[in-house]
Amino acid sequence: MTATTAASDAPPRFEPALMRRRLNGTLFYGACLVAIAILVLALIVLLFDVLTVGLPWLSVDFVTGMPSRRPTQTGILPALIGSIQLAIIVGAITFPIGIGAAVYLAEYASDNRLTRLLQTNISNLAGVPSIIYGIFGLAIFVRLLGLGPVLFSGAATLALVILPLVIIASIEALKAVPQSQREGAYALGASQWQMVRGSVLPAAAPGIMTGIILAMARAIGEAAPLVVIGAATFVTSLPQPFQGGFTVLPIQVFNWAQRPQEDFQGIAAAAIIVILVLIFILNLLALVVRARLSRHIQW
Amino acid sequence: MAVQQIQLTRRRPWSERVIEALLFVAAALGIVTTIGIVVILTVQTLQFFQIVNPIDFLTGTVWSASIQPYQFGVLALVSGTVLVATIAMIIATPLGLLSAILLSEYASNRVRNVVKPVLETIAGIPTIVLGFFAINFLSPEVLQPLFGVGLFSALAGGIVVGILITPLIASISEDAMRAVPRGLREGAYAMGATKFEVVRKVVLPAAVSGVMASIILAMSRAVGETMAVVLAVGTFPQFSFNPLESVQTMTAFIVQIVQGETSQGSVQFLSLFAVAMVLFVITFALNIVSAWFVRRYRTAY
Repeated sequence: MTATTAASDAPPRFEPALMRRRLNGTLFYGACLVAIAILVLALIVLLFDVLTVGLPWLSVDFVTGMPSRRPTQTGILPALIGSIQLAIIVGAITFPIGIGAAVYLAEYASDNRLTRLLQTNISNLAGVPSIIYGIFGLAIFVRLLGLGPVLFSGAATLALVILPLVIIASIEALKAVPQSQREGAYALGASQWQMVRGSVLPAAAPGIMTGIILAMARAIGEAAPLVVIGAATFVTSLPQPFQGGFTVLPIQVFNWAQRPQEDFQGIAAAAIIVILVLIFILNLLALVVRARLSRHIQW
Repeated sequence: MAVQQIQLTRRRPWSERVIEALLFVAAALGIVTTIGIVVILTVQTLQFFQIVNPIDFLTGTVWSASIQPYQFGVLALVSGTVLVATIAMIIATPLGLLSAILLSEYASNRVRNVVKPVLETIAGIPTIVLGFFAINFLSPEVLQPLFGVGLFSALAGGIVVGILITPLIASISEDAMRAVPRGLREGAYAMGATKFEVVRKVVLPAAVSGVMASIILAMSRAVGETMAVVLAVGTFPQFSFNPLESVQTMTAFIVQIVQGETSQGSVQFLSLFAVAMVLFVITFALNIVSAWFVRRYRTAY
């Protein structure tokens, strides 16, 4: 008698206060959604601010014009060309070195202390603040090699900034290639390099190229190392890689955004829009390249 | 006869070895960079220490590089950096972790298709744009009316840096949570746990190494962040932990010196390297700790 009442009266042990526990879950899920909502809101407000301040200043003359001391007449052509040249040179430097380093670490290196040192070093370099690379670039490219504060010095410095990211992304892409690809190539009598060149690299190409293009996008928005190596803020001629001062879009934004006058805030925002468009184009390019390169890949 | 032509122990041709050597050089370039950075910073910092006592530098709380009497107490810049990074972490840690949990544990494809692109877009925005946002909108339109701060404040810098590093926390933490085996979750469900309890008592503890790694890495990013901060916090180095005041971070000081007309042999210019050295050591230490946590969660399952 007592036993049965105990069994029927006592609440089931496995679901005490299930309502409250489920409510906690719902509240937590709500908190997650609120966090996302805050991020979405921040992004929308940011883009809205840039567009409303910058769009009235954006015109063909602004994009294709030469700079002027007066914000109403200024153009950004030298900075735009500078940014594009910079991205191309950064890509050209990063492409062979980044892929080479990744191929060595993923395909050639045996697991010994030297290899682990190289790997640890690359992941540490990925965490070094970009402004420190600027100091390195100033000492090595600008002074020691005597190149001066030219576009190439800036590009070489930025290449060093993004190389660790490119190498890490490329290693991931190479590791994702199935082992059977390698064994297939060896079975056909390929040497190690023929195997890498003909079998693994094509298979990893979509991932590697995406990594490089996205890293170039990162380089286009980067300003801190360039400020350190001495990028100019007012350049009235189109940049040449090894000669004369150069400027890029983020440097212009930095220079103008520091001035409180409304006109300068306007052209800063307009230049930001141009940067964002460039980055957007590079992201699209990454998608297209990825799609084209992965057409023939199936495993 | 034909069999003899296939030599199984053939030596690798020289071209193969040259290629391997070239690839090795590419991989070793990073070592050269690291050594270069350390040597440059060390040599110049030692030169700076011939003029300024290192003890005064490391323990002083007044930084005045441009106005006499010159004082180089780096704690004034370190405190500014720590203040901005702390505000950033207070914002980014909950936002990043909640997004990671949502993506890893809750998200339907529809939610995922919104959240992922938002995080990737924020991660792709140049940091100078966030600096512009801070002085063009956040400070004058939001923080001034609410807190009565000036145009430059540690708070404005901390908020934009917080937005900036949230995607980093979110993506690494999400990876760590996804690496938690399904079986652990299912075991908890079988015991009658609700979804929230599974997340809180099973997934989070199991992924704690990865989560810690993401938080420390984000802290390192926040400490080294330059362009977003330099516009937002101002150029007023002071030993203060009041978020509503204008401060100067280590990175912002470096930018101020290289932008100005400081002559290259001067003590001000040399102080740049000493500050960069402090910055390098702090971020390096944070990266090492973060890497240690990553190794732990990679080997856990």
